[in-house]
Amino acid sequence: MSKRDGRIGWLFALPWVFGFTVFLLYPVVASLFLSFTSYSILKPPRLIGTANYVELYHDPIFWKSLSNTFLYVLGAVPLGTVMAIALALLLNSKVKGMAVYRTLFFLPTLVPMAALGVLFLWIFNGDYGILNAGLKLVHLPLPNWLGDPAWSKWTLILISVWGCGQAMIIYLAGLQDVPVSLYEACEIDGASSWARTRAVTLPLISPVILFNVIMGIIGSLQVFAVPYIMFMDGAPARSTYVFTSYLLDNAFKFQRMGYACALGWVMFVITLILTLLSMKIAERHVHYEGG
Amino acid sequence: MTLVVLVALACVGISESVANRQTSKDRVDITYWEKWTGPEATVMRQLVNRYNASQNKVHVNYVTISTIDVKTLLSTSGGDPPDVAGIWVENLVQFEDANMLTDLTDMAAKAGLDKNYYVKNYWDMMNYNGRLYAFPSTPASTALHVRPDLIPAQYASPDTFPKTLDEFDDLMFAVTKKDEDGKLKQAGFMPTNPGWWHWSWPYLFGGSLYDGKEITIDTPDNLRAFEWCKKYADHLGPDAMTEFQSAFGNNSSPEDPFMVGKVVTEFNGVWKGHYIKEQKPDTPWFAVPLPYRNDRPDLANHSMITSDILVIPTGAKHLKEAFDFLRFTQSQPEMEALCKGQGKNSPLAKVSDAFYKDHTNKFIHLFDQLARSPTAFYSPQIGVFPQLRSEMDDVFQEITTGQKSPKKALDDAQDHMSELWHTYRVQVLGEPQ
Repeated sequence: MSKRDGRIGWLFALPWVFGFTVFLLYPVVASLFLSFTSYSILKPPRLIGTANYVELYHDPIFWKSLSNTFLYVLGAVPLGTVMAIALALLLNSKVKGMAVYRTLFFLPTLVPMAALGVLFLWIFNGDYGILNAGLKLVHLPLPNWLGDPAWSKWTLILISVWGCGQAMIIYLAGLQDVPVSLYEACEIDGASSWARTRAVTLPLISPVILFNVIMGIIGSLQVFAVPYIMFMDGAPARSTYVFTSYLLDNAFKFQRMGYACALGWVMFVITLILTLLSMKIAERHVHYEGG
Repeated sequence: MTLVVLVALACVGISESVANRQTSKDRVDITYWEKWTGPEATVMRQLVNRYNASQNKVHVNYVTISTIDVKTLLSTSGGDPPDVAGIWVENLVQFEDANMLTDLTDMAAKAGLDKNYYVKNYWDMMNYNGRLYAFPSTPASTALHVRPDLIPAQYASPDTFPKTLDEFDDLMFAVTKKDEDGKLKQAGFMPTNPGWWHWSWPYLFGGSLYDGKEITIDTPDNLRAFEWCKKYADHLGPDAMTEFQSAFGNNSSPEDPFMVGKVVTEFNGVWKGHYIKEQKPDTPWFAVPLPYRNDRPDLANHSMITSDILVIPTGAKHLKEAFDFLRFTQSQPEMEALCKGQGKNSPLAKVSDAFYKDHTNKFIHLFDQLARSPTAFYSPQIGVFPQLRSEMDDVFQEITTGQKSPKKALDDAQDHMSELWHTYRVQVLGEPQ
């Protein structure tokens, strides 16, 4: 490659380099610096060492929002994974009009989060919601989904399933890659449908499962829009107050940008640890073709 | 990289020239950000139009902005704030602690806008550490709104309605109705309706959250206030506060629970009468001061007061012109037109007869008296008020949903807020450790 080609290459890459530096690299480095300062946005940041991180350790709302977020991840990721795989398996069968079914199951993921939040406010309404109307028909207890701290987190977890269409499509792509010959071999051996799924399908799509689980963990740790719209300020009793809401409040409502940056970096470290942990666990359970 | 720098400089140059562009040589255009939409915005736009028509030196551009407090903060921080911003009085102390507001004291004094010109309580709200940082746009006082058709006839007038809390509680419990399944059909009084000021319950019982120096959440008076809230939660049923209310429309709609008769009384502001007239004018109602503790008759005529305010953010490009517009808004005819148009009381000491006569709220005299009452109270002037309000909302919900006892909830909130207040004093106010 000549020097001139190199220069032209850089020229073409320049918009990305500019965007990356200004809109990602600089804010990331700045937020790390600001996390060690007291910064109210209008006054210049003042270095306070590790005081923000020490305060985090003693802050009951930090722990509350963190535990709410973890409980959400623990509920939403497994439930979403099971639902997405189950739907993908169903949509991988050879049935007439399958393209229509696939579209229908993917469609909910396209609904904007704000509209979704308002829609679910009515579905989960304790008195007039369609969900409790259904439960009443089968004589089951009628929870106060939105107003009872014991149920509100479950409401969020159940709503998360609505968006599993995205993962479902990726699983579906993974399922298309499973060699048909293996299923034929299973059939000759007289394996049941469940045995085929357990011994062939799941191991062969395990890299896809790993990818989706990691993306699911990262996405769930950042859950924001639905709880923000449906539950005012994390009500009831901060039972739905998630980490990102606390971060946002500190940055813009409480004017504590330095503290918010510290929260952001804690979340980054947690996300990194959970991702590495998932990769480590996956070493023994994920099967790569040719690996 | 040189190219990038050149492009960036060109962008800055163009935006500067656009920002400074004036439509005529002698006229200065100023920007006014306001949060209002709908009928409230219409009334303010009319005022702006009158100002623009009254002279040809300054032209005000009214711009409706959502989440105005955050956007004003960010634009001020970026060095390009609006010339005038319409925020809430609850923002004032926090914003000034961050050096975000222009000190209006001297300019106001020269223009004759002093403490004698305003209702004392509102004047005090606009001042912080002895300096003036805001003017009221529209203020409000609060009272108890009552549906006379839903209570026994002997109580169905402002004169005969219970004055003390014990009498009030007895009546409210008596008019609460449930069906055979125990489901709430009609609530006498519901502290969650509309539930905007949970921080204010202590003040109704003679308590406070801040004594000017320290956080005072866990005092006996405050405990009594939240035990009273708990009494209503127990009476109505644990889920009723949220479930029952969630079935209704918002406060300014005809499906409002007070207007449809599902709640008999409601603690709300002067604007409620305006909403009733607009949305469901056939609703029978009257307003009375909130009841007071039996053992504290000195608390009679207490009312939570608040105000939308106009400020000039630090770094505003046209300070003189912005102040001229603010001065115009504070003139008696304009202020009365604005407050009347929004169904509110006036913040000015002097009020014309015409203001009362044509007002949409038939109890405007009461709201005006309550605004002037020595027992009226407003949000504590403390920079951590946003956190304090959030904390008291949480305290209320923890207590009414049975998560914590009132004592435990207040003790926990006291510990948390004291810690936060200490950090704020050191980090923001620069006090020694």
